[in-house]
Amino acid sequence: MPDLAALERRIDTVYRPLPLDARSRALRHLVIRGLKGGERGHLGSALSVIDLLRVLYDDILRHNPADPAWPERDRCLLSKGHGCLALYAVLADHGYFDKAELDRFCRFDGILGGHPEAAKIPGVEASTGALGHGPSIGLGMALAARMQRADHKVIVVTGDGEINEGAVWEAALMAGKHGLDNYTVIVDYNKLQSYGPTAEVQDLEPLTDKWASFGFVVRNVDGHDILAMRQLLAELPFSGGSPNCIISHTVKGRGVSYAEHNADWHHKSKLSDAEIDDLLAEIGE
Amino acid sequence: MRKTCLDTVYELARQDGRVVFVGSDLGAGTLDQFRDEMPDRFFMEGVSEQNLIGVAAGLAMEGYIPYVNTIATFITRRCYEQVAVDLCLHNLPVRLIANGGGLVYAPLGPTHLAIEDLAIMRALPRMTAVAPCDAEEMRRFVPQTLDLQGPCYIRLGKGGDEVVSDPAHGFEIGKAIMMRQPGEVLLVGTGIATTRALRAAEELAAAGIHCGVLHMHTVKPLDEAALLDAAGKVSAIVTVEEHTLVGGLGSAISDLLSDRMGPKAPRLLRLGIPDSFPDKYGSQDELLSYYGLQGEQIAASVRGFVAGRHEAAA
Repeated sequence: MPDLAALERRIDTVYRPLPLDARSRALRHLVIRGLKGGERGHLGSALSVIDLLRVLYDDILRHNPADPAWPERDRCLLSKGHGCLALYAVLADHGYFDKAELDRFCRFDGILGGHPEAAKIPGVEASTGALGHGPSIGLGMALAARMQRADHKVIVVTGDGEINEGAVWEAALMAGKHGLDNYTVIVDYNKLQSYGPTAEVQDLEPLTDKWASFGFVVRNVDGHDILAMRQLLAELPFSGGSPNCIISHTVKGRGVSYAEHNADWHHKSKLSDAEIDDLLAEIGE
Repeated sequence: MRKTCLDTVYELARQDGRVVFVGSDLGAGTLDQFRDEMPDRFFMEGVSEQNLIGVAAGLAMEGYIPYVNTIATFITRRCYEQVAVDLCLHNLPVRLIANGGGLVYAPLGPTHLAIEDLAIMRALPRMTAVAPCDAEEMRRFVPQTLDLQGPCYIRLGKGGDEVVSDPAHGFEIGKAIMMRQPGEVLLVGTGIATTRALRAAEELAAAGIHCGVLHMHTVKPLDEAALLDAAGKVSAIVTVEEHTLVGGLGSAISDLLSDRMGPKAPRLLRLGIPDSFPDKYGSQDELLSYYGLQGEQIAASVRGFVAGRHEAAA
């Protein structure tokens, strides 16, 4: 595997992600539909994580949209709740709820809020949005699975800015202690948090070493390379007796040239119809 | 009270496979028997309260009933967002066992004094907040937490607290106990403040002032019916709490009387800790005296209040 971490540090000059395929473009159209419906949304955050969520729900997770509470399902928690437009797009596409709900994103009587709520949305495991909560909740679920001798996986998707939160590392300590190989943390490492580059706001490097030192088996992957993610995620657990960490190297705003690597597109509101049309044109059919 | 609480949790765990224990870094030997007999349901996970609340939430989402135990300030202040979001928003049956409610940790100073715990817990939707007055009442209370909907905060006293509860009164979460029938005045207490209120009532009776004592062990949900029923029969109500006057039992009752009785409400005096961090050490009893919360001091305040002075006695 190439040294993606090193590659990404020179991202502006070297890294060129693969072109988006038709499915990734179609899911992005659903994200934009939600953005339009709510007249707001964390677009950049959704576009970095959506290919990962696509692979998880299409190819990896054991789940049943007709029975969201199926006890044997794999649990997937979007801890970076602000990236919810991506989750909503994928869940709607899988039939957890009607795609028309996207038109009511953030609306008074809609079920899809600016952060996901488990009690309202079929397929959402936990209400997130306050950052740093998902790793601990997922850890409790993974411990429960072990006590019940159940074989489902627990996958927690965090942001990169999110793991500034101390509670994430409390959970990492505990996961390492218990050697939970049914537990996986995936960091959506788009290297931009709200204010600016993670390297400047709160540098996370050496990130692979950090997770490894907490007892995780760590893998790096290109979070827009569908085949690479499929292959890697199919290998879970990476090692018996250790929790898993995947650092998913992504581009914030991926798919819209002027939003890519651009902190101004972390969250957007009040986009005009022309701007929405331009976003769709940028993504392409 | 603490030992009784944890012993009862152990008994519940033996009877019900859903019960799990989650501790931080408690004293050596805590619940050894639980750990030895049910190691897969015993978690002692270090000084990491935010994580522990999240883990308890995850366990509860999968059908378990976690009892989480650490010092009261750490289980309330430190992880308030986790309590609010992970437990209350998800309406999960997690029990928070809070060591050293109020002024118990007097020698350890303000970092360890849980004097606003009831206020911030009762501010959260779906939270139940209970402060039993002694170990015997704790023994009657804890088994009722097993099938209680939603999260529950359990405020513990110091241990060795005088037993004033009466088995004949029973115990029901959310149902206040009239420990002494009201005369012209009603004292309302929670936790060990009820014990002090009872002492005050005895002293006042000797002086010809007849006071009822309503033990409001459950601060949320407040037993509005019991309070309003009694309020209609007395001319004055005095609340007593080992807690700041901001947002606790007295505030809850003030709100209730104002909302439901308006100008017909009896006069109200609230006794508690002023809006400040305690600036003394010593013992719980010394601090209770410092804040005018011992029986004879409460009695003096009530005498003044009955005589028309609207303030705590110095």
